[in-house]
Amino acid sequence: MDFAELVRGFPELTTTGLVQGAIYALIALGYTLVYGVLRLINFAHSEVFMIGTFGAIWTWAAFGLDSNSGAPSVGRSLLLIALAIVAAALLSGSVALLIEVTAYRPLRRRNAPPLAFLITAIGASYALMELMGTLTQRRQIGSPALLPADTLFSIGGWSVTPVQMLTLSVAIIMMVGLDWFVNRTRFGKGIRAVAQDANTAALMGVNKSRVIALVFVLGGLMAGVAAVFSDMKSGNTRYNIGFLLGLKAFSAAVLGGIGNLRGAAIGGIMLGLVENYGSALFGSQWRDLIAFVVLIVLLMFRPTGLLGESLGRARA
Amino acid sequence: MTALRERWHSASSAFGRRVDGLPKSARITGLLAFVAFLYVLPNKWFYEYLNIPGVWIPLYTTRNDMAAVLFYCAWIVLLSLGLNVVVGYAGLLDLGFFGFFAVGAYTVALLTSPESKLITEYNWLESPWPWLVTVPIAVALALLSGVLLGAPTLRLRGDYLAIVTLGFAEMIRIIAKNQDWILNGDRGIPQVAHPPGKYPDGSAIFQFEFKPYYWLLLTVIIAAVFLIRNLANSRVGRAWVAIREDEDAAELMGVPTFRFKLWAFAIGAAVGGLSGTLWAGQANFVNSSTFSLENSILVLAAVLLGGAGSIGGAILGGFLVIYIPEWLRSVGDVFGLPETATVFGNDFDVSPTSLRYFIFGILLIIVMIFRPQGLWPNRRRAAELKDRQKEVAVVE
Repeated sequence: MDFAELVRGFPELTTTGLVQGAIYALIALGYTLVYGVLRLINFAHSEVFMIGTFGAIWTWAAFGLDSNSGAPSVGRSLLLIALAIVAAALLSGSVALLIEVTAYRPLRRRNAPPLAFLITAIGASYALMELMGTLTQRRQIGSPALLPADTLFSIGGWSVTPVQMLTLSVAIIMMVGLDWFVNRTRFGKGIRAVAQDANTAALMGVNKSRVIALVFVLGGLMAGVAAVFSDMKSGNTRYNIGFLLGLKAFSAAVLGGIGNLRGAAIGGIMLGLVENYGSALFGSQWRDLIAFVVLIVLLMFRPTGLLGESLGRARA
Repeated sequence: MTALRERWHSASSAFGRRVDGLPKSARITGLLAFVAFLYVLPNKWFYEYLNIPGVWIPLYTTRNDMAAVLFYCAWIVLLSLGLNVVVGYAGLLDLGFFGFFAVGAYTVALLTSPESKLITEYNWLESPWPWLVTVPIAVALALLSGVLLGAPTLRLRGDYLAIVTLGFAEMIRIIAKNQDWILNGDRGIPQVAHPPGKYPDGSAIFQFEFKPYYWLLLTVIIAAVFLIRNLANSRVGRAWVAIREDEDAAELMGVPTFRFKLWAFAIGAAVGGLSGTLWAGQANFVNSSTFSLENSILVLAAVLLGGAGSIGGAILGGFLVIYIPEWLRSVGDVFGLPETATVFGNDFDVSPTSLRYFIFGILLIIVMIFRPQGLWPNRRRAAELKDRQKEVAVVE
């Protein structure tokens, strides 16, 4: 127990925790959306994220930037990041759609038992991971340094770098946008209707198949955005990066109440913060343990997570 | 496509009926012959005999020892038999099965290794124990840990149970990896004892060669199959089926659901622990890297691929999830497939060896799409599923 370390590093731990938490939250939204609509843990979602990290790096590589090139000017950097976000989101979204069409839809047609979906998810996850492993020769791929690493501004001892600022603001925009999309638009109404009762919704004229595909694409878009910031934060990626991050993000989704969008956002940010504080307190080798301890303790007292599970229920 | 499926279904069920129609003596002879086949399988002369050129696709693996592959298959088969009790019979989704495996393996390692800190630092033991003595202790500890983990968590249902068991298994793994006072962290515990036994000429049977371990595991599996089969056909087994089908209805009918779920969990854990003791005896070394979540997921895939709730299915699934990737390793040599492909001036490794898990993943998807009930399902489950398929799903 190192309280001095926690107190001394508190501002920095909070900022990095928030950034990590925002990445968890963006991935967790994908788990929660699919779970809310289909009652299905989409175990292949971690690979959707993983493909996104490569999508961003490939985009930058197309502009001749790799881990050795120097940082371009700020304006050009921002443009490149925006391009990478679009590319990674599109790539992740299409991979998510591909998984839904090839691995889940045929099973839904046959009214297969729920556990069969788990196996096709594992199969899709193996296939994507190994495919990328072969394509990248199982090497770690570095991402270029885009924004300067120095402090953007600081208040008291609280300093924020440009990457952190950008991550947090884009993540918040994406989350608010998704919340608006699901709760305020016509498409969102369709999603909530299918989440409440898929067959009744279909009888009322909602195109169930299209709504499910939309949900997968939305989750993929969020994971793609998270992937760009994960690249910028850690500076590299690997074909098996999705596993641990996906696991943590899934824990975050359960923490907030799986199937609940705001829950996933809160769960992700909370997990990022608690992990950071915890690793300062107990030592960084216990970082991964803290996530699971928090999760299990919370589930003992609130068996459906912080906010409870509801995509359609509470606000329908 | 549908016609093809229909024909395949009728053919496979016709085969099943024909086997059922045989007199009991014939069935037992067939079973014994199959078991004998399994015992001779790791002998090189036997599978080379099987490989008549041009007729057989070689069953054996050229890039690694067939006995080793069979040992790993048998290892996963034993684990999936244990997990089948939990997932298949009682319907509890357990994603942390390797936690119990870890308990078994570490117990054996701590008690039998001369390097164990119980001996070198804490002086709890005078000298390392023999392997055989520690097996019952390890199994009992695994069973106990199953009860300890199950008691607070089994009140959760479905997916929440899955995430909690997953969390616990990851916690066991991370603790084993990082703590140093007893489990030696990542360095692990070396010099774990082998099982006892000597050849007539005085040399030990169980050294580093895989073949005797495979035979030992096969024997243990046969014993486990008998035990689990009897259990499944007893009052306990009927209670499990009732819980799986409708927990609330079972409770109302007077089945103490919590107690039977705990039993299933504990029995699964004990089998997992047993598998851990055998694995530690072979590997001679235990550290946390074997207990990864990937392995728990692989065992779960084995159970569901074979068909949840069926012993034959668990065996078949456990065999296939190890054997298919290992066989794909060497299939390139057999058919002379290319090793690398050049696209836009970049060389990519496209040998089946490095793509084996990619192919395996695709195979998992295809098998599940065509046989969502598993390859060799429990009859009752298959019938339920047929009913489900008839249920009206609203057309999109």
